[in-house]
Amino acid sequence: MIVDLSRPLTRIEAAAYGTVGVLLFLGIWSLLSLSGAAPREFLPTPYQVATRFGQLLSTQFAGATLPQHLVSSIMRFAYGFLLGAAVGIPLGLLMGWFRVLDEIVSPVFDAFRFIAPIAWVPFAALWFGTGIGGPILIIFAGAFPPCLINSYRGARFVSRPLIEAAQMLGTRNLHIILEVLLPASTASIVAGLRVSAGLGWQSLIGAELIVASTGVGFMMVQAQLNIATATVMSAMVAVGIVGFLIDAGLRWIEAAVRRRGFA
Amino acid sequence: MSRRFVVGLTTIITLGAVWYLVMMPLGLVSPGRFPSPDDVWFSFRQVAFTGYANGLLYQHALQSLRLVVFGFFVAAGTGVPLGLLMGWSRRAEALINPVFLLIRPIPPLAWIPLAILWLGIGDAAKVMVIWFAAFVPSVINSFTGVRTIEPYVIEAARMLGTPRYRFVAEVLIPAAAPLIFTGLRLSLQASWTTLVAAELVGALYGLGRVLNVAQQDIYPGMIFIGMACVAIFGWAMTRLLAEVEARALPWIQMARAS
Repeated sequence: MIVDLSRPLTRIEAAAYGTVGVLLFLGIWSLLSLSGAAPREFLPTPYQVATRFGQLLSTQFAGATLPQHLVSSIMRFAYGFLLGAAVGIPLGLLMGWFRVLDEIVSPVFDAFRFIAPIAWVPFAALWFGTGIGGPILIIFAGAFPPCLINSYRGARFVSRPLIEAAQMLGTRNLHIILEVLLPASTASIVAGLRVSAGLGWQSLIGAELIVASTGVGFMMVQAQLNIATATVMSAMVAVGIVGFLIDAGLRWIEAAVRRRGFA
Repeated sequence: MSRRFVVGLTTIITLGAVWYLVMMPLGLVSPGRFPSPDDVWFSFRQVAFTGYANGLLYQHALQSLRLVVFGFFVAAGTGVPLGLLMGWSRRAEALINPVFLLIRPIPPLAWIPLAILWLGIGDAAKVMVIWFAAFVPSVINSFTGVRTIEPYVIEAARMLGTPRYRFVAEVLIPAAAPLIFTGLRLSLQASWTTLVAAELVGALYGLGRVLNVAQQDIYPGMIFIGMACVAIFGWAMTRLLAEVEARALPWIQMARAS
């Protein structure tokens, strides 16, 4: 047997291996904690984290319950993400169609793209204080570039005959963009949105770690200062779940777009 | 000179001129909100020659680069082999993948508080966070790299009785290499972002520390310098890796831009 690529595992085998894997993971974790190899206050058992997670659903920590913190984070995320998409997608399409715009924006964009979104935190704090503008700026910095890049690429790779046919029929620029470029690049745009959402969500958590007075990131920092490891881990789980749900939603849209045959 | 270059250069020069005009003679934006070119130049000289936030610019940059390179190599050194193993053996995949799927949605930056709890604000915490950030793309892409090898290539190697170690060295790794490099590029970018974030949250040296102190001092010129350094080093590392990729995989047409 060099590589057992030929025979996929049966469902039962895969499920069995998967269960063993998860149990091993939880078992080693519990063992480390229970045996005292790692101090309990720094490594609570999985059971403790689960209990704490349950408690946080209704008890307050750092001024709000876990769901309340999550809601304020998600609202910020929604604003920043929608702003990134609302600016990035049209600009990308326009750059894909008008060459001058591409030539003007590209060098500026390339310079900004390499600034890590989180590096905007000091300016965000300086310009907006702890108001909502700061987090939105940072999410925007994370979410905007993939939106622009993907709609630009989508627009550039539309097949020439399609565009030429439209031009031959006397279609105006605006209509070409809306009725030829946009539908043809939908798949690419939605793929970009998924990347955007992931980067935006993660940038927001980072921003909340540094400047915020609500939100899951803020809650994590407070828990860290109080050496409440179970609370930190509960918040991490919550962040993971929300990130997963956002991605699942966009994946669903991606599949729906593909079914309708825009791609 | 191409048209693209001329238009681009004109844009940059225009922007620079607008920046200068808005800040200096017109004074439309308060210097407390955004630095003027003079402020930036002053901040640069200060951090480069007299020092800021416990060190000179090159010391901060070296600290950040050292950590990112170390963390990246640790992550790639564990992630790529694990991805190859999961691609090679369906049993390993079935065993590890569910755990991986559980941990993966947690964004790397969310590990920062836990890393500080466990390891403090020293180098070890940074390496841990970078590891979490860079590990995932390395594993996924190496795994996909192996799984997308054409079956006939594997069958041919098998039919010729290729010994296992030669199969790994001469078929598996070269065939998976393009995707491994894609993973490494993503890993490197994630490492850099995460390190800057971790240094912003808590550190004694590093470019993130410069940003953090500048934020507390309300010092726009220094914030600007910090951001510019983050961008320039991020860009330079990506270029370097693209160069390595081009040397290591000359048979791949380098169609993709960095």
